[in-house]
Amino acid sequence: MSAAEQAQRAKTTRNAWLLVIPALVVLMAAAIGPLVLVLIYSFLTPGDYGNVVWSFSLDGWQKVVVERDIFDDSLHLAEAHLTIFWRSVSLSLVTTILSFFAGFPTAWFIATRPANQRAFWLFLITLPFWTNLLIRTFAINQIIRNEGLLNTILLHLGVISAPLQMTYTEGALLIGMVYVYLPLMVLPLYASLERFDLRLLEAAYDLYASRWQVLMRVVLPIARPGIVAGSILVFVPCLGAYVTPRILGGGKLMMLGNFIELQFGQGRNWPLGAAISIVLLVIVMAALLVYVRAINGEKRDG
Amino acid sequence: MKKLLAASAMLLCSATLAAAEGELFLYNWGNYTSPDLIKKFEETYKVKVTITDFDSNDTALAKVEAGASGFDLVVPSAGFVGIYAEKGLIQKLDLARLPNHKNIDPQWMDVAWDKGREWSIPWQWGSTGMSVNTKVYGGDINTSAIFMNPPPELEGKINVIPEMGDVMALATMYEGGTVCSDDPAIMKKVRDDLLAAKPKWLSMDYSTVEKMTNNDYAATVDWNGSAMRARLGNKDVAYGYPKEGYGLWMDNVVLLKDAKNVDNAYLFMDFIMQPENAAMLSAFARYANGIAGSEAFLPEDMKTAPELITPAEFADKGQFVTICTGKALDYQNAIWTELQK
Repeated sequence: MSAAEQAQRAKTTRNAWLLVIPALVVLMAAAIGPLVLVLIYSFLTPGDYGNVVWSFSLDGWQKVVVERDIFDDSLHLAEAHLTIFWRSVSLSLVTTILSFFAGFPTAWFIATRPANQRAFWLFLITLPFWTNLLIRTFAINQIIRNEGLLNTILLHLGVISAPLQMTYTEGALLIGMVYVYLPLMVLPLYASLERFDLRLLEAAYDLYASRWQVLMRVVLPIARPGIVAGSILVFVPCLGAYVTPRILGGGKLMMLGNFIELQFGQGRNWPLGAAISIVLLVIVMAALLVYVRAINGEKRDG
Repeated sequence: MKKLLAASAMLLCSATLAAAEGELFLYNWGNYTSPDLIKKFEETYKVKVTITDFDSNDTALAKVEAGASGFDLVVPSAGFVGIYAEKGLIQKLDLARLPNHKNIDPQWMDVAWDKGREWSIPWQWGSTGMSVNTKVYGGDINTSAIFMNPPPELEGKINVIPEMGDVMALATMYEGGTVCSDDPAIMKKVRDDLLAAKPKWLSMDYSTVEKMTNNDYAATVDWNGSAMRARLGNKDVAYGYPKEGYGLWMDNVVLLKDAKNVDNAYLFMDFIMQPENAAMLSAFARYANGIAGSEAFLPEDMKTAPELITPAEFADKGQFVTICTGKALDYQNAIWTELQK
């Protein structure tokens, strides 16, 4: 390579960096900056009326897992916090699994329609996004409340004699979360099933595969990138869900998002809130790592 | 046709904007400001009022403290007025610009948080007690036992508002303490009884008016004005004053130091201290206002409302809910977190 070519190449690289700078600045200012601020706040002391006092303290972090009993001063595991962590993670997992079982047949159905009809079915899937999340969640509440649509119908039909208590239960919370996040599962699943060559099914049947074997050994492996992507897309926002637990959980079933809000609001313990935000971030990153590894594993297999 | 409509709508908008001689930004609790009153103010002074809602004193304080909030007036609760002043967020009022200041009821003039009312003027005040659907439960409703030790008829049908200060005050008084108690023996009883009662609660939810009206729950810790609004929609709802002690509160209008529309803010403050205007505030949110002479302008159903007229036997049982600090706040925080987990 001649010197002139090298100089040319160096210039191109420099120009490329210059072009990237605006994006980097925005990223630094809007994403990384606030995160660093949250990290710093988690090492400070809470102020009397909210906000923080600028003196270093590890209390925020310590409180995430250990708690000093307010009555006898003994240290023990912060059981309340762990309960909330566990509820968030387990509810998100269950939501992901339920969304998959509801989403997979849906995506399969759409992908096997004639090409000119698929856009219509996809349009139906995206329809809920036209309405604000808050309004949709309140709508669910209207349906399942004691004197709501569902109870009224069941009472009229004589199926039940007294209204079923559906609002403010873990079941209601699950229904709400699956409903909200289902499209995020269907869309990536559809994307991976759309290219599925139906002749593969015929080939499998020709080779005496049972329906079950076809599903497990032909369809699912091909749909795997969609399954992984859909699961991550559902699991991650579920972890930080705020509106749904607040409205459908009746405030009694707190999730991480609500707990963080409590610390920044009435709890007036911003450092603890900041520390828990970071923990949530770490859980999300762990989930994303699993995703990256799964995708890489895919490439190696292929 | 559509285009014509859109064009005329835009014209109308710009017309009203042009007519407004100024603006006023009010930061207040949600569902709390009478739209009729705002309309009257806007028409009288040609000032466009923008209202922003908050749902807790802590949220409001955090937002104002962050600076450049753009608000002129804020309506914090009694205990918070001192915090705003201490932090230098509000300005002392020029009483000469508030001729209606003299209308403040003497009872609300020399209050603990603002002697002589030089920093804040009354918005509305009320009590925190119990709303109970008397069709579901016919027993004594003048007790915090409704939520601290629920009767069997109400099990699984009780709501507790997610307002730490109000609920902890009721619970502490129920156990024989005073608001912001830091007595470990009392706070331990508070924790044990609250945790034992929680499985019998249905929810910890704010929207008590709507849910009591529609029988979503049968009892709730409630504010007296909410209780009255619920009763107007559902005649079975009654309000109880816990005999062990109930909470009292007052919300107050303060003028922010960095307010941009100071003149309009004074106009508004003076406006709402006019008895007939104060009565409009009360007619909407259903709380008493603290302006002498406004009673005459109240709607008929409020003059006799049991939620607003404290029965003599409970008159001395109310305690002002103040902002707790130090050990008392630590107790409340720990108990509240455990309660909500």
